[in-house]
Amino acid sequence: MLRDPFMEGVRKLEEIAKKVRFEDNTAKIDAKGLTHKELNDLIRMCAEKGAEKIILKNVCGQRYIGTRLFLPKKVEIEIFGIPGNDLGMFLDGHRIVVHGNAQDGVGNTMNEGEIVVEGRAGDVVAMSMRGGRIFIRDDVGYRTAIHMKEYKDKVPVLVVGGTSQDFLGEYMAGGVVLLLGLNRNRHLANYIGTGMHGGVIYIRGKVEKYQLGKEVGIVDMEEKDYKRVESLVKDYLTYFKPKFDLDEIMGERFTKLVPVSKRPYGRIYAY
Amino acid sequence: MKSHLLPEFRVERDYSRCDNCKVCIKQCPFDVHYYDEESGKILSRDELCSGCQRCVVYCHKNALRIIPYKAYRPNEYWKEEHIRDIKKQAETGGIILTSCGSSREAKVYWDHILLNASQVTNPSIDPLREPMELRTFLGRKPDCLELEFNGDDVEIKTELYPNLMIETPILFAGMSYGAISYNAFKSLAMAAKKFGTLFNTGEGGMPKDMREEFKDCAIVQCASGRFGVDPEYFNYSAAIEIKIGQGAKPGIGGHLPGEKVTATISSTRMIPEGTDAISPAPHHDIYSIEDLSMLIYALKEVTNYEKPVCVKIAAVHNVAAIASGMVRAGADIIAIDGFRGGTGATPKIMREHVGIPVELALAAVDQRLREEGIRNKCSIIVGGGIRCAADVVKAIALGADAVYIGTAALIALGCTMCQRCHTGKCAWGICTQDPKLSQRLNPKVGAERAYNLLRAWSLEIKDVLGGMGINAIESLRGNRDHLRGVGLEDWELRVLGIKGAGE
Repeated sequence: MLRDPFMEGVRKLEEIAKKVRFEDNTAKIDAKGLTHKELNDLIRMCAEKGAEKIILKNVCGQRYIGTRLFLPKKVEIEIFGIPGNDLGMFLDGHRIVVHGNAQDGVGNTMNEGEIVVEGRAGDVVAMSMRGGRIFIRDDVGYRTAIHMKEYKDKVPVLVVGGTSQDFLGEYMAGGVVLLLGLNRNRHLANYIGTGMHGGVIYIRGKVEKYQLGKEVGIVDMEEKDYKRVESLVKDYLTYFKPKFDLDEIMGERFTKLVPVSKRPYGRIYAY
Repeated sequence: MKSHLLPEFRVERDYSRCDNCKVCIKQCPFDVHYYDEESGKILSRDELCSGCQRCVVYCHKNALRIIPYKAYRPNEYWKEEHIRDIKKQAETGGIILTSCGSSREAKVYWDHILLNASQVTNPSIDPLREPMELRTFLGRKPDCLELEFNGDDVEIKTELYPNLMIETPILFAGMSYGAISYNAFKSLAMAAKKFGTLFNTGEGGMPKDMREEFKDCAIVQCASGRFGVDPEYFNYSAAIEIKIGQGAKPGIGGHLPGEKVTATISSTRMIPEGTDAISPAPHHDIYSIEDLSMLIYALKEVTNYEKPVCVKIAAVHNVAAIASGMVRAGADIIAIDGFRGGTGATPKIMREHVGIPVELALAAVDQRLREEGIRNKCSIIVGGGIRCAADVVKAIALGADAVYIGTAALIALGCTMCQRCHTGKCAWGICTQDPKLSQRLNPKVGAERAYNLLRAWSLEIKDVLGGMGINAIESLRGNRDHLRGVGLEDWELRVLGIKGAGE
């Protein structure tokens, strides 16, 4: 017998529609007791019905919030509780705010839009992210921003208030990662930027050479780097209102990491 | 350093026929032929020749012969290939890179399996006069069907899963735009559309200008590099395939070298021009069956549960257990790529030594899923060296729902298996991004050739089915009674689940 924990017990839309309350253009969904699919069914229904803002209460581990919204109209989703894995995976231009922590895979292969997490996030945040912005107030887990990539003016941005675990920016092919290291005296990650071949990582505070992968190099911050970082820090301050001010954050030393080569593995083959 | 490498081919030119028209010079991307002013003759640099036979086909005087050249003293242990590879590595210190599928000597199980035909006790069917059904549905099937009868009207109450309908059990395998040229990519798309089957985008994304036209006949791939992957890409498709592994290089990722990332490829893959397109070995969000399940459902979410999700793996040692896990993770279709599967570039060591024959893998997977009572939960597509319609028939009798053809499709377009795809200089305009070379393949003509191949094989399959007394491909699926083995050991017959000939 094959059990399908994901699809099992999924109720029809009519049965769960009472979980939704519409007020003008805002829909409120009580996510208590809803399966992953049920919640996303309701979110899609609300978006299709023209909701501009969708507020989710009592979220507890439901996955893929925001994924099933390949729709022309963009919405804002506000989450109370803890969203499950792959929050905003493949997100297509919507905005998600989490009043709390998030789990693994925030913004996985995200396309456009913005995710703001007022707390910490788990592993593989911003994996293969292709556009849009992610702001995490506190720390993130392992393998953050793996294989993030950019194309022309479509440049993804990840801002982390705290620090990251190992393999930050592994295989990174584009995009901007900013690690602010607030409330920390040192960064924890090792193997930063292993296999990196595009994009840039800015790290505020101390980071030692041994923490870096061999495909990245440290270069000096230029005027345009400071401008870019400052503008992101301003947004961070607006979103999270931490006890730090702009001068305090910008006063610290920043390290800029870039790939040594656009072709890290070009020389290992015999033709 | 003086190279000790010897030519692999000899170029023989019949000067009594050659009229110095220089077509060979123009056609050869490897610069083998050149005009010698002094002698007034066209001469050759044999050491550069790949044996692609382009010049031979285009020589209007029939003056050229390209002949494989074995130089060293014959040795059954230290083969020519070993000696050449050692010399090349001594000169470069690098991993030997190659392309296409494994060409090594190893038992080809297809060739040890024979098909049955009807004699006396049940009649064979004449496919010329009677309808033969090759139409195939791919995707998850329900455990049972609940029907409701209202007078003459019958309604299916059971909610059905999305399925793909194809007119022949043959699909084009995943070959990315980047690995192959735009014209080759488009040729296959056009042929698939016209015939009523599917092509597969590989992991290089789908050119924007093709999305609308080919959305109903494209299987779009989501691989570890996630190139050109956006919600529109997934939604403009017939199905989505998660590529975990590839028969030609199980366990490793891929590098599309920066020089092949041209402007149009960069816009399709959504990465800057000239950077290496690196596909990591694993998906970094898949470290377990549970993680695979998470990606499968993420893809179902992003496509609103409207499309089946396929998971492709290379045939490796524990393939049956892995396949069971994939089905339990929610895969609607599983694709198994055997070690003969082709590629645009792979380290030779992976191509020749990693993975198992797809015949054995297929039999093991089908058997395992049946034993576990979950065979109906998924369709099986096999690929990796399907060479002819007989291979297709045998694969289906061993339990496959359909087959992927990659190499065979490219041979139809012009490929001669010279194994130089990784150089990006394909003389036939297939595995290249050089506009001068890729324009040699006209998509209209390419599509016609690929379409003809599908037609020819489909006719042959119908013929064989008729001979067996079967009028629908459905009745052959997993019908191993129609297969017998010759020259196989007991364990091989056991794994294949077939009897020996005469039994």
